[in-house]
Amino acid sequence: MPLVEVSHLVKGFVRGGGFLRRGATVTAVDDVSFSIEEGETFGLVGESGSGKTTTGRCMLRLIEPTSGAVRFGGEDVLAFSRRRLREARRHMQIVFQDPYSSLNPRMRARQIVEEPLVIHRLGARTARRDRVAELFRLVGLDTAHLERYPHEFSGGQRQRIGLARALALKPSFLVLDEPVSALDVSVQAQVVNLLMDLQEQLKLTYLFIAHDLRLVEHICNRVAVMYLGKIVEMGPTSSLFASPQHAYTRALLSAIPVPDPDSPKHRITLDPATVNREAALKEIARGHWAAI
Amino acid sequence: MLEVSRLTTVFDLASGSAPAVDDVSFTVKAGETLGLVGESGSGKSVTALSIMRLVQPPGRIARGTITFKGRDLLALDESQMREVRGAQISLIFQEPMTALNPVFTIGDQVAEALLVHRRATRRDARAQVVDLLGKVKIPDPAARARDYPHQLSGGMRQRVLIAMAIACKPSLVIADEPTTALDVTIQAQILDLLREMKSALDLSLLLITHDLGVIAETADRVAVMYAGRIVEHGAVRDIFRNPQHPYTRGLLASMPGASRARGQRLRAIDGAVPVLGAFPSGCAFHPRCPDRFDPCPTTPPPEYAVGAAHGARCYLHDAEKVSSSASRPS
Repeated sequence: MPLVEVSHLVKGFVRGGGFLRRGATVTAVDDVSFSIEEGETFGLVGESGSGKTTTGRCMLRLIEPTSGAVRFGGEDVLAFSRRRLREARRHMQIVFQDPYSSLNPRMRARQIVEEPLVIHRLGARTARRDRVAELFRLVGLDTAHLERYPHEFSGGQRQRIGLARALALKPSFLVLDEPVSALDVSVQAQVVNLLMDLQEQLKLTYLFIAHDLRLVEHICNRVAVMYLGKIVEMGPTSSLFASPQHAYTRALLSAIPVPDPDSPKHRITLDPATVNREAALKEIARGHWAAI
Repeated sequence: MLEVSRLTTVFDLASGSAPAVDDVSFTVKAGETLGLVGESGSGKSVTALSIMRLVQPPGRIARGTITFKGRDLLALDESQMREVRGAQISLIFQEPMTALNPVFTIGDQVAEALLVHRRATRRDARAQVVDLLGKVKIPDPAARARDYPHQLSGGMRQRVLIAMAIACKPSLVIADEPTTALDVTIQAQILDLLREMKSALDLSLLLITHDLGVIAETADRVAVMYAGRIVEHGAVRDIFRNPQHPYTRGLLASMPGASRARGQRLRAIDGAVPVLGAFPSGCAFHPRCPDRFDPCPTTPPPEYAVGAAHGARCYLHDAEKVSSSASRPS
């Protein structure tokens, strides 16, 4: 049984409108289904507005989906009461993209990491202190800096604080929403390595939301490509990158700038008019699906 | 075309004056693209602002010369400099949303460049604007000229900025992270457009970016900046095939897919990018450098020639220092 199962997820936002006037509904996530096996890193890629971030947030009910189902360990997350949901959030956590805006600037690093333990009333004060120190070491931070404020840390260290906070409740599933894209190139690899180490050490399952396709290719077991709210292609990373089938996937992969001046450029441009938005996903190779 | 020599731009901070750009020299030849690559705080954007003489206090140009087509830009008075800005050297910023004024139409803003430099009368400015928007491949340019910035997508806004930059037919365009805010397919289109404009208008391009992929695809020559200094420069092929500074090597090796099979740990560079005012002594990269040895922390290394038109500021290329060192690098 997969750890996480998303089926027919839909999220519509009302856009425009105003006083006594209804706006039009925009479907940000349009009938999205996929499942993630335990211990897997599942990549969700697409450009801004493709619905990848909304999908991730709907799965944790940080945004309430319009319809569909999200099962975690077999249980329907969308049917949970508020109380049951809070309990479930111990097992599913999120790390946000921007370590500059996602940490409260008025809290000390120790407080930021400790807060989930306080909210979930886990452990006495001394036990919590020990746990925070342990989490600091786990993510490679110096416990001498526990009392510092976020602005006293570098971007990479801030992202480590966000990660320590997400891991405080010992979750089994993490949504990583562009976890390194705000970081300097020379620091990205450190955080990526940390994510890989933690996954192995703590047996974590990742939903990795990203637009950096080189990175996705490197760390994900399977990948789904989103375009205008729908998954247009999904499959094992090697198969999808080696033989992309959907016109959008091909255009996307051909647009990646290659850090090699001698690599041949074969830019494929996508004519949006040629994309059949109604095409259903078909299995074209083992586990490799495309909406063509 | 452009020759920057020993440029030093300092910021007067409470803690003292800190060089954001430190003894930087490079040239941009007619018709070529020089890629200036670096991370946050490396001084690449301050270099661009220095060339345009747009550095704001507490920053100031402390030393050096900037020669453009034989004229020393630092010696010009402000009104002469205004004739250079936009007309002979133009700048494309990263954020197409903040670089455009939200309360004026696209057409007005592109026309402004023409009117300021008296390249058009009010009467024929409109026709020229529509022509420029067409050149940067904005569909239905006459209608788009009446749009406001928020009505356009990020990619279209960046095209508008390019139209503004080429309006007065400059000979040098400085593009500061022109595609960083864009999606990868749009980025590819904008880079293609920049390349096309460059050859159609016979421009020289100074392309500033943190993205080595963008550099590899666009630049003829590359200068790598770290903590205010150019640590390595050379032809794009030499930089990517045969990097000679440990920082350049580290950056290239740390990229996913560079040397490691899928799922393996990446070769990371240790430590954090230094911030202005706290640049390490000597070679600023030494605390993160796997190859550092005794001269590195004390004096900044000079540039060593490591090939034809290929230089690196690293003591590893000083045979004498390497052989006399007790802690010789492996």
